[in-house]
Parts: sequence; structure tokens; C-alpha cells
Amino acid sequence: MNYRLLYFASLRDAAGSADERVESTACDPRALYAELAARHGFAFAPERLRVAVNGAFTGWDHALADGDEVAFLPPVSGG
Amino acid sequence: MFRLSDTAIDIAALRARLARADAGACVTFEGWVRDHNDGKAVRGLAYQGYPALAESEGAKILEEARARFAIAEALCVHRVGELAIGELAVWAGVSAAHRDAAFAACRYIIDEVKRRVPIWKNERYADGASGWLHPDNTPVA
Repeated sequence: MNYRLLYFASLRDAAGSADERVESTACDPRALYAELAARHGFAFAPERLRVAVNGAFTGWDHALADGDEVAFLPPVSGG
Repeated sequence: MFRLSDTAIDIAALRARLARADAGACVTFEGWVRDHNDGKAVRGLAYQGYPALAESEGAKILEEARARFAIAEALCVHRVGELAIGELAVWAGVSAAHRDAAFAACRYIIDEVKRRVPIWKNERYADGASGWLHPDNTPVA
């Protein structure tokens, strides 16, 4: 399936871009993150991240659909 | 209304939006860029946000504040982009019939915004280094 990935903060720095399109056989965020972490060298364990699909928070076992926009969010530091 | 802004926050305009005939109290919070953090001298910082999710999560927090406290109006604006020392980074404001609800709601809003809204701070230090803050008590490799 084809996904659009959004990256923020230190994940954006590690990936070297704010977003990318990927072709993957992963069908949930957990498997997709494992692939991307291996490719980009992401240091975060999944337990430290939150997942958003199509602009809404969701869980690591969410069933992904072709064309979904997926973001893995590091611990936030606004304010 | 919760929104991200890439330009200076207009406090006077926001304050005017809190005004209501039935409000007898107004509490606002301003978060400023500080010149030090965690023992290090800070020269400036940059905020990055995830606009769609930040604005929906921020709106949810304001709705929660309205449900929990007897308030009239609640607004919050958070800066993104480069900020200098002393600049206004975040503004939250609440109006209410009475001050207790206004204080409690304003506190709730800023605490939840810091805890939940997808915004990240990158500090530039005096020694030339910079880094993202990912404060969950574990180091960023």
C-alpha cells in the first residue's frame, strides 16, 4: 500500500524531510514504524511516540488503508 | 478558538474577544521565551507544530474547559517558527462570571496544551548547540 508520512521535530531531522511517500506491505502503524525506524535510524521506541492517521490520534494496531497520511509524534514540548 | 500563529500574537485583539456582558472576571496566561533552561543559557528557540492535529486537539481542550468550568469564553494561541528571548510563545485567556472558574479554566487549558498538543520546541544554546525537547524523562539519542 501507499502511505504519506509526516515527520516532526527530531524525527524530521533524522528522516531529512518533513514528509515522504512510501510503498509498504505494513498494514498497521506498528509494522510501518518498524520499517521506517530501520531505514532512517529513528531512535525512539514506539512506547515513546503517539500515532496519528489522517490528522487524528489513533492506536498502533489501527488498520491502515491505501493512501493514509500517517504521523509518528515524539513527546511534545509546547508552551 | 485554538490556533497556531507564525506571526506575533495580538493580545489586544484576543482580549477583546473575551469581553462579554455577563463576564465579571478575565484571567490570561502568557508564556514567554526564557534565557535559560535546565542549567543551560538559551539564545532563542523555534517551535514546530502539526497544524491540523494541533488545532483539533487545542479545540478539544477548550471544549473540555467549557464543560468543566462555568466560563463565558476561552481562547488560546501558540506561536510557531523562530522566537527571540522575551517573545510571547503562548497566550491563553478565559472570561467568566466569577474569578474562581476563570483561574481554574485558564490553568487547565495551559497545562493540557503543554501536555497534549503536537508542538515541539527546539532550543538554541549559547554554546552553539541546539536540540529538540522531548520531555518524557528519557534521553533523545
